[in-house]
Parts: sequence; C-alpha cells; structure tokens
Amino acid sequence: MASVTAAQTANDNQVPSAFRRWWDSKMMKRFRRNPLALVGAVLLALFLLAGFFAPIISPQPNINCLRSIGVSASTVGDIRNPLKPAFWKLVGAAPLAQSPYYDCYTIPRSSFSPVPQSAAESGTILGTTSGGYDIFYGLIWGIRTAFFIGIAVVGFGLIVGIIVGSIAGYFGGWIDNVLMRLIDVIFAVPGLVVAMVIVTVLGQNIFNVMIALAVVGWAGYARILRGDILQIKEQEYVTGAQALGARGPGIIFKHILPNSVGTLIIIASLDIGSVVLAAAALSFLGLGVPVGFADWGQMVNFARNWLLGPPGNPWAYWFVSFWPGLIIVLFVLAWNLLGDAFRDVLDVRSNS
Amino acid sequence: MFAFIVRRLFMLPLVFFGVTLFIVLLMQVLSPFQRAASYAQTENQARNLDAIIERYGLNDPWYMQYGRWLRQVSQGNLGYSRTSSEPVLTTLRKRFPPTAELAIFAFFPIIGVGIWLGTAAALNRDTLIDQATRVLAIVGWSLPTFVLGIWLLVIFYGGFGILEPGRVSTDFLIEIARGGFKNYTGLLTIDSLLNGRLDIFWDAFKHLILPVITLATVSSAQIMRVMRSSLLDALGQDYVRTARAKGLAERTVNRKHARRNGLIPVITLAGFTLIGLINGVIITETIFNFPGLGQWSAQAAVNLDYAAVLGFAVFTAVIVVIGNLIVDILYGVIDPRIRYD
Repeated sequence: MASVTAAQTANDNQVPSAFRRWWDSKMMKRFRRNPLALVGAVLLALFLLAGFFAPIISPQPNINCLRSIGVSASTVGDIRNPLKPAFWKLVGAAPLAQSPYYDCYTIPRSSFSPVPQSAAESGTILGTTSGGYDIFYGLIWGIRTAFFIGIAVVGFGLIVGIIVGSIAGYFGGWIDNVLMRLIDVIFAVPGLVVAMVIVTVLGQNIFNVMIALAVVGWAGYARILRGDILQIKEQEYVTGAQALGARGPGIIFKHILPNSVGTLIIIASLDIGSVVLAAAALSFLGLGVPVGFADWGQMVNFARNWLLGPPGNPWAYWFVSFWPGLIIVLFVLAWNLLGDAFRDVLDVRSNS
Repeated sequence: MFAFIVRRLFMLPLVFFGVTLFIVLLMQVLSPFQRAASYAQTENQARNLDAIIERYGLNDPWYMQYGRWLRQVSQGNLGYSRTSSEPVLTTLRKRFPPTAELAIFAFFPIIGVGIWLGTAAALNRDTLIDQATRVLAIVGWSLPTFVLGIWLLVIFYGGFGILEPGRVSTDFLIEIARGGFKNYTGLLTIDSLLNGRLDIFWDAFKHLILPVITLATVSSAQIMRVMRSSLLDALGQDYVRTARAKGLAERTVNRKHARRNGLIPVITLAGFTLIGLINGVIITETIFNFPGLGQWSAQAAVNLDYAAVLGFAVFTAVIVVIGNLIVDILYGVIDPRIRYD
C-alpha cells in the first residue's frame, strides 16, 4: 500500500498543479509580459487588502457601529485584532440597510465644524469635510462599498445574462428574435438615464442603485453568450452529442456553456470597474446614498460645495475634492489596465 | 440601402414602446398620488391631485393607463415638470439648444484629438510618442467625468479664478433676458456673432472651455485607442505594401491608403460615443451648472419629477436611434464593401 501511495505522489509531482498550468498558460504568459497590466494587478491587490483590513487601517467607527458589534469602551481594541469575533463582524459587514452592522458605513464625525478642516486642524489623516466627516474613513470603507456593489451587480447581471443568452442562442427562432429586440431597446437608451429612472421610482438607496445597474448590465452578457452559442452550435461535437441522443438543457449545460462561459466571466469581471463608476456617478447626482455614507460618489458630490476657499485663501479646501477623486481614478485605472491587457490576450487575431 | 433604412426606422417605434412600457410598468410601484403629479399640467392642477387621479383613472389597470398616456403623448402633451414649473415639452425645447451647443463644441476635440494622436501613435509604433500617447489614453480613459469636472473647477474657478461655471456671465445674462438680443439658433456662441456682440461670444466661449474638456477627455481617449489599433491593422495589409511598392510617397500611402481604411472602425465607435456623450452631458452640466437638458433631468430625478424623467428618457432614446441610423448609413457610404440587404 505504502509503495503505491508513494508512486502516486511521485506521479502527481510530475503533473503540474492546476495553478501551475494556469500560471504557465499562453494567456498568462502574455499577460505577465505586459508591465502596465502588472501595475493594474498590484493596484487592485492593494485595494482588496485595504478593503478587507479596513477595521485595522481606518480610524475607530462611530458609536452606533461599535454598539451593534457589541464592543464597549474597554474592549474597543478587539476590532483591530483578527483573533477576536469583533474584527470578523466588521469584516463581514455589508453596506445594506438590512445588515445589522449597516451603521459602520456611516462615517464617524470628529467635530460639527461648518467648514472642512485640514488634517492638522482636525487631527485626522486626510482632513474632514464640513460636518467633521473623516475623509480617510470614508475612502477606506468606500472601497468595501465599491467592491460590494461591483461584485453583486456583475454577478447578478451574469446570471440573468447567461440564462437569457443561452435561451436565445439555443432555441433561436421567434424566442431569439424577441429577446434580441429587447436587448436592442436596452442598448438604445443611455444606461445612466435608465438607472436614474429606476432609482427615482424605486427609491434612493444603495440596494436600488444595484438593481438599476444590473437591469442595464445583463443585456451585454446575454448578447455575447448568444453569439458564442450560435457559433458553437454548429461545431461537430455538438452535432455528435445530438446524434448520441443528448437533448435540450443537457446540451446547453454539458457541451455549450463550458466552452463559452469562461471568456464571458473574464469580460464581465473586468466590468466591475465601470459598474463602480456608474454607481459613483449616480450617487454623485444625489441618487445613491445619504450624506455621510462611506461612498466615493457621495464624497465627490459633497466636495461640490467647497470649490471656493475662504477669502484670501482660494486653495484652502483642496483635500475635500482631491482625495475622493484620486481614489476613484486609481480604482478605475487599475481595472482599465487589467482590462486592456486581457483584451489583448483574448483577441484571437493578435495571437499570431 | 433604402430597405435597410426603412427597416432601421422600424426600430424607432420598437424602442419607443419598449422604453415607455417599461417606465409605465415601473411606475406601478408608486402610489396613484405620486403618479398623479406627472399628469398635472399647471401648478393649480398639481395642488389638486385627487381630481387628476379621478380624471386620468390612475387606479385603473396598467394597460388602460398606458393607452391613455400614449393618446396624451400623441397630442403633444408630455406632462408637467415640477422641476422647471412648465410643461415638459416646453422645457425640452428650451433646454435642447444649450446641450446641443455643448455637444457640438465637444465633438471637434473628440474626433480631432482622438484621430490625430491615434494616427501619430500608430505611425511611430513602439517609439516614445507611441508610449506617451498610450499612457495618455489610459489615464484619460480612467478620468471619470465627475472627478475631472470637479478638479478643473477647483483649479481654474476656485484656485486661479479665471473660468467660472454657468453658461454666460450674470451681466450678459441679464442683458439677454431684457431683450434686444435676438435668439436665432439658441446656440449662444452663434447668436452672439449674429448680433454682432463679440464680447458675449468671448464670454460664452470661455464658459464652454472647461465643460468641453470634461466631456471630451474620456471619448477622445477611446477614439485614440481604436484609431491606433485599426491603423496598425491597415498598415499591415497587402494594399499598403502594394502602394509602397509602386513607389508612392510614404505620406500618400499613410494618408490615402492606410488612414482611410483605419477610420472605418472609428466610425462604428461613433454610436457608442453618442451614448457616452448623453451620459456625460448629464454629469457635466450638473457640475458646471450649465442650463441644458442633462442638468434638468438630473434635478428632476432627484426631485422625483416623474413626468420630466420620462420625457427625457423618451427624448434621448429617439436621439440615440436616429444617431445610430446616421452612423450606419455613413458606414455604408465610407466602406463600399458593406451592403445592407
């Protein structure tokens, strides 16, 4: 027995691991040669880390948040200790009103100052907006809001897109026609307008912003998948499967989807950047979250009131617009750098 | 070609019904009182919503309401906007020219800078020029409209005090409102020239600089990237080699043989650019307090002014369908290989 296991182990060592194969694949090799893509990947990794460790990096949350996770003045240090449950409660907090830890996304206030205060004046890292909202806290917790919105919207859009796309592509005929015209209609209206309408009607909160963006977002994925399926359907192995008696959903799930979903998921995940941007644009217009919520768009919107400094000191409030703007630009830049590289990699024509 | 245009025009009613049906169904989420506000034509009616609910049967099933709304629209009545305190149609007419002016002024830098830098990058492939434009394009592409607009205002309005938001300075605004200044086109820069007022022209032009930069940056970066890759593609084609082989000057080969073919994908991008411009206009006008359609629609959305939002959505949908049709026709004119049948 023992010798067989040893032989198997030795054998396993020769077959490269799944990770190794992925890492050495042609796609990843091309990707790794692109220095700009690496910059994007590193930026994104930093964002992920900062979002995950927000409880440790950011200043202390407000009192309602601390109460909801059950720490008192004496145990408040627990939120920075990964060995304590308080830390994990904060890490798991979702920016939805239904979440018990929703209050943690409300930026703590260092004062009730009517004007923004610089870092030195307020004793915070990046300064405060008017009303004493801590800019640094808002930006760090805003990373979590951004990823939450981005992943949820893209995930939901993908599910709907895959269902609609495979129905249209597989069945064809009038079903396909109706679904494709529906998608044409969605594409004919600027996304921001549709999202504005939906948020206006359903009510202004973060959940409805996500619904609005998902309603706009699924159509693109459905169209890509449908095109792929139409191509794959003509391939010989599908005909072969049909000849062997495979029918309907079985063919879609076993033979068609696995061949086109991989690319679609990469394309979709690269959309997270633009989804976050759209959500930020909606909150910038005042359609997202209330003032004081840890959300980048809301913070830039807030900065509109502080374009002018006090008389004689025109640059006094630069930090109110600079930092939230910078973090949005870096976030979008990271996704665009990655997206650019992957589009090169996925483009079959440029593979030669 | 004719059949194609007719078929594409069928898209128009489809989009119209699709968009309006979607919005009317969505509206059923709201209470009849909230919806009644979008039917009111005057302030007085807006104060007496019960009468409107009764009169328009807002408690009826949705399909009856939708039919009634269609009839109302066919009579040229898009409802009453609380945001602008006037009928939606009046506001659409009044606010379209400023938006059109902004879009027209943004159009030239988008196309010009995009094609120029994209061409320069492709012709100087892998040189410093290529790398620099590539970085420029990615950074420009990553500058969201609302961040760039705010930054420009902080620097040029707050910091240096040179340029300010709005469409024209207050002094001129009063003068224009008083009369004596004739509105020919609604485009302030052109009207001021027609009135022989160079001072107003210069003022209006200065107010356009920052919004145009804000609006044009993202789109021109996209065009730059597409232009570069499609020109590189064209330069590798056999007909370019043939042109060189028969001894044509490099300049002629690049301009007449490569660039013309390289422009084709850029034109298909124009449809996306149009949609991007409408999205951008909403944000840009809001930031720069520019009295166009975008600013009004954003205010209307925040104020829960349903009639205005619905009217704006229908309006933009029509613009996009027509815009895309023009792009497709242009595409056929430029590339004779395309046959629409």
